[in-house]
Amino acid sequence: MIEVQNLVKRFRDKKRGEVCAVDRVSFRCRPGEIFGLLGANGAGKTTTMRILATILTPSEGTAIVAGHDVTKEPQQVRSCVGFLSTATALYGRLSAQEMVEYFGRLHGLDEPTLRQRIDAIFERLEMNDFRDRRCDNLSTGMKQKVSIARTLVHDPSVMIFDEPTVGLDVMAARTIIDFIRECRDHGKTVIFSTHVMSEVEKLCDRIGIIHDGRLLAEGTLGDLRQRYGKQSLEDIFVEVVEQ
Amino acid sequence: MSIRNIGTVYRKELIDSMRDRRTLISMIVVPLLLMPLLTIGVGGLLVKQVAQARQEVPKVMILGGEDSPKVRAELENLREVRIVPQRPDYAEEISSKQIRAAVEIPEGFDAKIANGEPMTVKIYMYEGEMKSGFGADRLQTFFRDLRDRTIRERLLARQLPENLIRPFNIKQQNVAPAEKVGGAILGGLVPYFVILLCLTGAMYPAMDLTAGEKERGTIETILCSPVSRMHLVLGKFLMVLTASIATAVLSIISMAVSFGVGKKILLSAANGAAGTALQVTMTGKAVVSVFIMVLPLAVLFSAALLAIALFAKSFKEAQSYISPLMIVVVLPAVAAVLPGVELNTLLALVPVLNTSLVSKEIMTGTYHWKYIALIFASSCIYAAAAIAIAVKLFQREDVLFRT
Repeated sequence: MIEVQNLVKRFRDKKRGEVCAVDRVSFRCRPGEIFGLLGANGAGKTTTMRILATILTPSEGTAIVAGHDVTKEPQQVRSCVGFLSTATALYGRLSAQEMVEYFGRLHGLDEPTLRQRIDAIFERLEMNDFRDRRCDNLSTGMKQKVSIARTLVHDPSVMIFDEPTVGLDVMAARTIIDFIRECRDHGKTVIFSTHVMSEVEKLCDRIGIIHDGRLLAEGTLGDLRQRYGKQSLEDIFVEVVEQ
Repeated sequence: MSIRNIGTVYRKELIDSMRDRRTLISMIVVPLLLMPLLTIGVGGLLVKQVAQARQEVPKVMILGGEDSPKVRAELENLREVRIVPQRPDYAEEISSKQIRAAVEIPEGFDAKIANGEPMTVKIYMYEGEMKSGFGADRLQTFFRDLRDRTIRERLLARQLPENLIRPFNIKQQNVAPAEKVGGAILGGLVPYFVILLCLTGAMYPAMDLTAGEKERGTIETILCSPVSRMHLVLGKFLMVLTASIATAVLSIISMAVSFGVGKKILLSAANGAAGTALQVTMTGKAVVSVFIMVLPLAVLFSAALLAIALFAKSFKEAQSYISPLMIVVVLPAVAAVLPGVELNTLLALVPVLNTSLVSKEIMTGTYHWKYIALIFASSCIYAAAAIAIAVKLFQREDVLFRT
């Protein structure tokens, strides 16, 4: 479960002075549900996701992730969260297995459990062929799989995906989309940010439209269609932003 | 504090760095190659040059002395110099190294010697030019011998004892043990290289583990793991420190071996010519003591480099921040090598300079325990402060996500 309460994040920018990247954002995401955060570039998606993953601390407000407050128990939050974005790269000089092992150990898994988890994940994601190959020498698709394995190794109850398909080819993006769906099917709480309408339409149970740091609309696709009297998500998005 | 987490981060960074060619070069290859190159290579070249200069028979010119055939003949018979015909532009010829020196024989030299009249023999040379110095030395030796011989003959003629003009002899006797003689030469040099290599060894990994992570996009990956930022920075710090110490240890070993081997090779090559300069001994105790004194400095360098490099957005930016630091470290390290800079309470508090100075003393076998304690303690305080700053910076979002 993710419960975001009046989240505010202000930055000090050399050129623009104080910038409010996230402005009083509140929403809720339940287990077994995919919440899509839809917004243009610079809308505040990444900042919100980073706060939920406790990489950034909020200026005001808070979020409860898997029962832990992001401002008070950041380490416990990170133990329950799997975070994946295009910015979360791999250590190129480590092998696929070493990479996943490293994160498993940081999550405090004991060696027998770690072994078991890695074997299961590598089997499921068909990664055994490149287990010992260095991440630098892997294809984009293989790298995506290693990243997925890295987020799954500690079996988190909450998954946070920040524009995970940006810059990926169709096949690699499909791997990620299938994986997100699988997470929901396994009862995980999933939050997913993107600016690609089709991905939201395909995947998300509930949608939040974010613009200039503020959450302007929230609901299921059906709710939004009804509220704005438009069929396509793109039209709804434009309507919401222009209002 | 979880030692396990720090250990996990450290182990990963160690594996990662050991697979990086650039880290290996700065940590292992540079110290192992630099020392033999400096001692055997540069030292060998120097010894060879000196030996060659000594073996050369210098060309010298006799100015005047046409009325003194006796002294001229003796000079011309000298095997140590080669006499060239007299020309008026002797000064120009010395400057352009066509001849090494010239001697001006006063008018009526032979006759004046016989009559006991005073006179001055002038030797022309190019100050600071080694070969010209050797040429002038040989001429001076000849005339000094001639003067002594003349005195003896005059005393003999008057039936006076030889010790009349030399009532006693003066002899200098060295009381410093061999390590002190060697240490004085090496004293400044060894800590200088060890300190410098401590810094250069830490430089590359410090940049790779911070700015490098930002550049490669792995910083966000590691920040979303449950490891606390303090454990993360401590694990990284330990890796940088390992590189720094490994570089220092390898450079000391390499230096000791180079001096040992180099001394033998060079002494045989130089036929004992530049022998005294190479009479170098590094005692195990001195080496271990220098190493212990350099340890807190390695900690200071590692933490400071980590903090500075973390500030940078990219590897390139980190390099531009760190390059000036080289000068900041080299200057006090060089200052300690200069003669006349002595350890005192105030200097004992100046980082880098204090370690360099005390190491110089240790290399010559002098242990000022009061200063050693003060320097070790102050260096430890600076090192702790640097670690605290590095940890603090790792907590700051504006540093980690600088745009």
